[in-house]
Amino acid sequence: MSTNERMITYAEALNEALKEEMEKNEDIILLGEDIGPYGGVFNVTKGLFERYGAERVIDTPISEAGFAGAGIGAAMTGLKPIVEFMWIDFTFVAMDQILNQGAKMAYMSGGQTTVPIVFRTQGGGGRGNAAQHSQSLETIFAHVPGMKVVLPSSPYDAKGLLKTAIRENCPVMFIENKLLYNTKGHVPEEEYTIAFGQANVLVEGEDITMVSISRSVHLSLEAAEALKAEGIHAEVIDLRTLVPLDIETIKDSVKKTNRLIIVHEAAKSFGWGAELAAQISEEVFDYLDAPVYRIGAKDTPIPYNMKLEKEVLPKVEDIVDDIKKSLYMKEGSK
Amino acid sequence: MEINFFEATEDLYKVDKSEATSIWHGLNQIRFFEEASIKAYKKGLIGGSVHPYIGQEAVAVGICRNLNNTDYMTTTYRGRGHALAKGADPFKLFAEMFGRKSGYCKGKGGPMHIASKELGMLGANGIVAGGIPIAVGGALTAKRKGEGKVAVTFFGDGATNQGVFHESLNLAAVLQLPIIFVCENNLYSEMTPISDSLLNKDLAERGIAYHIHSVVVDGNDPLAVDAVAKEAIERARSGNGPTFIEAKTYRLLGHMFGDSETYRTKEEVQEWWAKEPLKIFKEQCLQYEWLSERELEEVAEEAKEEINASYEQAVLDEEPSLEEVYTDVY
Repeated sequence: MSTNERMITYAEALNEALKEEMEKNEDIILLGEDIGPYGGVFNVTKGLFERYGAERVIDTPISEAGFAGAGIGAAMTGLKPIVEFMWIDFTFVAMDQILNQGAKMAYMSGGQTTVPIVFRTQGGGGRGNAAQHSQSLETIFAHVPGMKVVLPSSPYDAKGLLKTAIRENCPVMFIENKLLYNTKGHVPEEEYTIAFGQANVLVEGEDITMVSISRSVHLSLEAAEALKAEGIHAEVIDLRTLVPLDIETIKDSVKKTNRLIIVHEAAKSFGWGAELAAQISEEVFDYLDAPVYRIGAKDTPIPYNMKLEKEVLPKVEDIVDDIKKSLYMKEGSK
Repeated sequence: MEINFFEATEDLYKVDKSEATSIWHGLNQIRFFEEASIKAYKKGLIGGSVHPYIGQEAVAVGICRNLNNTDYMTTTYRGRGHALAKGADPFKLFAEMFGRKSGYCKGKGGPMHIASKELGMLGANGIVAGGIPIAVGGALTAKRKGEGKVAVTFFGDGATNQGVFHESLNLAAVLQLPIIFVCENNLYSEMTPISDSLLNKDLAERGIAYHIHSVVVDGNDPLAVDAVAKEAIERARSGNGPTFIEAKTYRLLGHMFGDSETYRTKEEVQEWWAKEPLKIFKEQCLQYEWLSERELEEVAEEAKEEINASYEQAVLDEEPSLEEVYTDVY
């Protein structure tokens, strides 16, 4: 087996990215809850405390606003902090620091200051963690100008995108997914990075374009596979980053397929799917043969009961259904 | 652990002429700057609101005269006084307030968001308590890099009711960071008396709660503030952790210019005008014979001329080009 075929988990890939970057750059410090000797609740920081010590891997008190703000100040003064919010839901208690301070400092200071910080966190549902531990909040961070927003869908992307995030000179919200941590994938041992703003065309097809991010990419792949049996060839695109948004790749694909369906786990209303649909209709309306369909979570808090949760989150059947509507193969087509 | 109430002794007033001149100049510079800002606001040269620092000058001067340019500082939307005390150029400050190209932030920050990389100013902040954890971050860098720098954060009494204030104190205490928390207790949290917002008489109790060395000082006496600042900065530089300073002072004007001030009596304001920092320091200068009436007048006049010249120059400065809208976003 060549090194290119090495299979590791998404959590291990992230851990490697942190380790390799920390090795090279002494200014990198980690701040977060239980990330020290415990290694983080999802094992992403495992072994880093032993390797780099308490000065660089700092277990913070439970005080998200305080340590997010300290990370921002440290970033402004010459360190490269990587701040972990154990669950994305906890970013809400630190929102002033993230969005009023971190995202705006470069601009408000007229470029005198930059805030080279990475906020790492994880989101998404599917584990029965209920409404305060299951949200998909990426749109909120994409909406306020000043930070980049990244959501990797595979171990390979997780490592390459995290390395890029660490080398950026601005705040980056790096959103992992709790159900992907144990998924395995090819991750080469050789050094690589993945540029932001470059969507990944995972499956080529000519009948319809499917755009998604993070775990929704896996649902999209499943739906595409199911449709293949019926002779429908969907193009599956993983956006990888919401900010910057690779609208060109989506436009090119829509020009070819003339149909677009967007899949995200964030609540459907006011989600990033609406933004993408709007941009596509503004720019390539004449190429569309059907309305743009969006699939998102239902507009409710995430219920605890796993049967109800399943009902709220997007399902492969929903995607297949909407694709058929888009292709006028089904009643309800517009 | 108990609050340390700073008491002035005769030793405090053994200063030489050059020190007295420098303090007097600093106090006047801020006073005239703020007065000129109000004038500019009335003329429509400044957008948004102006939150004057008049009455609190002794805090900024007393603390900042002990800092180096390279030390870090965060401050509030009332922060021009701190900026000047740390050595800011009044022309660039006015230019920023007028939204001009030569302003510290190229006209993108305005009166509430003055930042200066060369002065270690990590930003004045439009959010009450927003700058406190950012200064903690500066202190974290200072400690990690071992360059002997300290961080100072200025905030008002109202900020001590914000959660992030408590989180910052605790984090700084636990990590023993080189930071000085300076609470300017001016008795009002925007339009509400601080006594309606918390039961503690001395806000320094909040420092004690986190096992931080905490001091109460007369914030209208620049030499008293100078003395506690010196000790606090020395504590931070020598690796002995944070200090909390409660400087008791008074906001002589409203929360912002144009505030109706219905929440306090004219008599109360008059009482504080009788013990405002410039008056106090002038009396000290004469009593201890550091400076004569004429010398005081000369220094004040010089400060006023500098401010006026900067103001006039800033009025003539260009506006930023429209392309600036899209720069510095990331």
